[in-house]
Amino acid sequence: MNFFVETLVGGLLAGVMYSLVAIGFVLVFKASGVFNFAQGSMVLCAALTFVTLREKNIDFWLAALITLAIMVAIAIAVERVVLRPLVNQPQITLFMATLGLSFVIEGLSQIAMGASVHELDLGIVDTPIKFGDIQVSQFDLVAAATAGVLVVALSIFFSKTRVGISLRAIADDPQAALSIGIRLQTLWQIVWGVAGFVSLVAGLLWGARQGVQFALTLVVLKALPVLIIGGFTSITGAIVGGLIVGAGDSLAEIYLGGLLGGSVSTWFAYALAVIFLLIRPAGLFGEAAIERI
Amino acid sequence: MTLISSAEVADFAPARAPVRPRSRVWIGFAVAALVVFVGVPLLANDYWLNAILVPFLILSLAGLGLNLLMGYAGQASLGTGGFMSVGAYATYNLLLRLPQLPLPVSLLLGGVIAGLVGMAAGLLSLRIKGFYLVASTLATQFFLEWLFNQFGWFSNYSTSSSISAPRLAILGHDLSGPVGRYLLTLSAVTIVTAVAIRLVHSQTGRTWMAIRDMDTAASVIGIPVASGKLKAFFVSSLVIGIAGALWAFAYLGTVDARSFNLDRSFEVMFIIILGGMGSIVGNYLGAAFMVLLPILLDHVISGPLGGAIDAGQLENFQKALFGGLIIWFLIKEPNGLAALLSRCRQWLARRTAP
Amino acid sequence: MSLQRTFFHMQNLRRAVAAATVGLSFAASVAAFADDAKTQYFPLATFRVGAYASSGIPVWAGEIDYFRYINEVEGGINGIKLVWDECETNWEVEKGVECYERVKGGKNGSPVPIFLPHGDPISKALTEKSVADKIPLVTIAYGRTEAIDGRVFPYSFPTVFSFWSEASSAINFIAAKAGGKDKLKGLKIATVYHDSPYGKETQVPLAFLAKTYGFEDIQIPVPHPGNDQSAQWAKIRQLKPDWVFLRGWGVMTPVAIKTAAKVGFPVDHIIGGIWSGSEEDVRPAGAVAKGYLAITPFPAGSNFEIHQKLKKYILDKGLSDLKDPKSFGSVYYNSGVDEAIIAVEAIRTAQAHFGVHPINGEEAQWGLEHLDLSEKRLAELGATGLEQPLKLSVQDHEGGGAGKVLQWDGEKWNVVSDGWVKSDRDLLLPLIYERAAAYAKEKGIVLRDATN
Repeated sequence: MNFFVETLVGGLLAGVMYSLVAIGFVLVFKASGVFNFAQGSMVLCAALTFVTLREKNIDFWLAALITLAIMVAIAIAVERVVLRPLVNQPQITLFMATLGLSFVIEGLSQIAMGASVHELDLGIVDTPIKFGDIQVSQFDLVAAATAGVLVVALSIFFSKTRVGISLRAIADDPQAALSIGIRLQTLWQIVWGVAGFVSLVAGLLWGARQGVQFALTLVVLKALPVLIIGGFTSITGAIVGGLIVGAGDSLAEIYLGGLLGGSVSTWFAYALAVIFLLIRPAGLFGEAAIERI
Repeated sequence: MTLISSAEVADFAPARAPVRPRSRVWIGFAVAALVVFVGVPLLANDYWLNAILVPFLILSLAGLGLNLLMGYAGQASLGTGGFMSVGAYATYNLLLRLPQLPLPVSLLLGGVIAGLVGMAAGLLSLRIKGFYLVASTLATQFFLEWLFNQFGWFSNYSTSSSISAPRLAILGHDLSGPVGRYLLTLSAVTIVTAVAIRLVHSQTGRTWMAIRDMDTAASVIGIPVASGKLKAFFVSSLVIGIAGALWAFAYLGTVDARSFNLDRSFEVMFIIILGGMGSIVGNYLGAAFMVLLPILLDHVISGPLGGAIDAGQLENFQKALFGGLIIWFLIKEPNGLAALLSRCRQWLARRTAP
Repeated sequence: MSLQRTFFHMQNLRRAVAAATVGLSFAASVAAFADDAKTQYFPLATFRVGAYASSGIPVWAGEIDYFRYINEVEGGINGIKLVWDECETNWEVEKGVECYERVKGGKNGSPVPIFLPHGDPISKALTEKSVADKIPLVTIAYGRTEAIDGRVFPYSFPTVFSFWSEASSAINFIAAKAGGKDKLKGLKIATVYHDSPYGKETQVPLAFLAKTYGFEDIQIPVPHPGNDQSAQWAKIRQLKPDWVFLRGWGVMTPVAIKTAAKVGFPVDHIIGGIWSGSEEDVRPAGAVAKGYLAITPFPAGSNFEIHQKLKKYILDKGLSDLKDPKSFGSVYYNSGVDEAIIAVEAIRTAQAHFGVHPINGEEAQWGLEHLDLSEKRLAELGATGLEQPLKLSVQDHEGGGAGKVLQWDGEKWNVVSDGWVKSDRDLLLPLIYERAAAYAKEKGIVLRDATN
């Protein structure tokens, strides 16, 4: 029983890490209606930039600020150069464009900052904390707390600030929003900027967890089932979806893996997503798309 | 009874060159066949055959398969790698366990098995659409990757679950040399392409295009949408399965876990997008672009500039350039290289017309 | 209309320029080498980008530095200088095959003596091609173990330390720590492996050794790339094995070490395999990696005699291929040096028999099968302690079969085994020959005569 609880808790906390990445996707989807495959390379870019600056002995917070500025600049550039020309294309074309974009960001990041593996030290000591017989990782708890703070901050941002409300207006009815003077371009840039910030946080935490190197870009593959389950347009959905995927993966790897022979986590999250799609195509918290003839 | 006439369908497909007199078309084909079947093997060296022409042909075939599904029937899929692996492993097991069957039969049966698996995966498309369908095909992709890695039976329990080709031979002629493998691949690609062209111009093809363009409307007027989708998945996966078997046996000589992974699915999707979805010529253009561009870049950049640029930087630069080109193409020429080509030919035709 | 015309002309112009550039570059590359008549061409298939680049870059540096040393300081191999170029494979089979096809013809008069695939999957794809082209594939510390039987695999050389030897040596080290091979009985040894053909290669020998010595063999797969191993290590926490044998590659290793520390498994009871055992693998894991063990045939260190020479003539003169001097003497760097030493000595052995000229594949095969790196020769090379004594033959393409166990102290590796830990080759060879025979049967290969 203890082992079950431990696996479950470990999975939930890992799931929170996936949610962090998924939140970046949600932001971009809400603003531009596109699944931004390049988010993974943006996470890598953020982590690499931060680590490179730190290795030059720049202060933690200054390095974070500089990285943030760079990420925001990239986000704005992407919006202007890639998204705007493709604004009326089908979703699959946009997706392919972000795939191409991920190659560009990866290639340029590695030219600028090299391909070696870096250690990212956030100062969190990762000795396990014991709750009775159950062990929980300190690092994972910090990550979960960070995600929690981020969610609260973003929720306030979207419900209380002008930018947030404007975004919801655009999502609801773009023509009406335009007609009352909401500036689409500026808004997109802001949202992409925030997505860049989220990439930075995700990059720091993931980089600390597994070292900063190329495989960081692969977290995007876990984000997709999270989004399908939680809904592409909901931040709460990203968290809930992440928890479900994280817990599901962990439990499946141990219990299902025992039956089938291991490594089931490569496809289990996706199978779960497919089941959700068959039952609730818009996800738990997403908006159902209306199909017009 | 046809509900949509060929003339109307022609409006949806990319523009084609004006129709030439029949005899000229046949002479053109004969010359092309001579060059490709006889001239190339005589003139090309090992490197060109092994490392450029064979993968180009196989990738065009895979592109053709995906095109039937995505370009004609409008069902987006990232499961291409997985279906290729089904074809490869199915053909391997047929060659191994039923050695009496001749090679072409095993290839075809391997494709059929892949087609059936594809059809099963295609059941999802009856409920799920658009981008979400892509995500479901990812489930298929990852599941198939896991399946073949996990169960040793598929790879005959070799120590490392990687399989190598049993002897390739037709009617006693050994095909394991570069020329043999090239001719095998070429024949397979030619036959399948011919069949695909006929299929696309038939009722099935028209059904697919109706599904692609407006499937809700199509079902309202009585077009069998469900069976059309399943048929698309079946035929597409059959072709992709054959491509997979050829990739394993005519090109690499072995199956590696990374040969049929997600990157491969992306690669084939890029091929049809760059080449032009809904265009058969586009497959070949797209595949040529994919295969030749990295090699061309390598030669052009590392030739004159040589050791001046660190090999690692070069490779990263190529990656970034490649990504940039994809974006550029998607922005400037969404209908792909095929549309570009047909515009050039139209321009040429207008210049040479009286 | 004129816009289209302009467009068409521009396209034409662009195409013409492109064609001219390609033509010129081909001409240039041919012309550049036209006057080096007697050089030995040695192509290098490398990976400097992609997920594994950080593991590869020090290897190529070690090789290139040693080749440069041979050229600059010793004037080449009996006067014949080495000429090399690189071909990027990204550790991918398709690119590896393309590289091989591109370079196998040789360059300006020199054939290719040996091809180093630098990738387990690439080596498997090239096995048959190398036989057809008669170019030996040398796969040092990786590759198909059955290729030890040169009667079935004439052109595949899993030299120095195959994966079966790696598994067996690790077990023998555990035995030594426990106080003897009889103490293995009842121990629980879990193998956490990269779920790929590379990772699975040690399943068979471990199962066999478990039966022989009576320990419990548990196999836990980690799906590629291995950046989340919480489930696997939670399982380990449940099973409580005495030792963990880590067969990782790339990011899997530092994540494994960190996750092990996270669940409280003692890091000094984890033995990493060859490709989980270099500085580049443990540094990203940070402070928790202290105490981690690794088994390798290329012990770390920059104090070997050959390193002192490399430092004096290559590193200090700015001729090194290393961009990060921290990697000088790392395990992967030393693997490159070892590979280069073996290649050079094989060529030298071939030259002694066939004459002093650029060596081709068949001659190199003879050279490899008659390679005898004795203690004496190693001392002459300055590689005592860095490389184990090697003696290859037609029936034994491995020739070595021992490794050293290192321990990470947070800054560097220290050797903690008693010299070279030998594997149980005598026990394993019959099994290996059986597998080779099965392969021969499947392919219809006729066994070579054991003399050459």
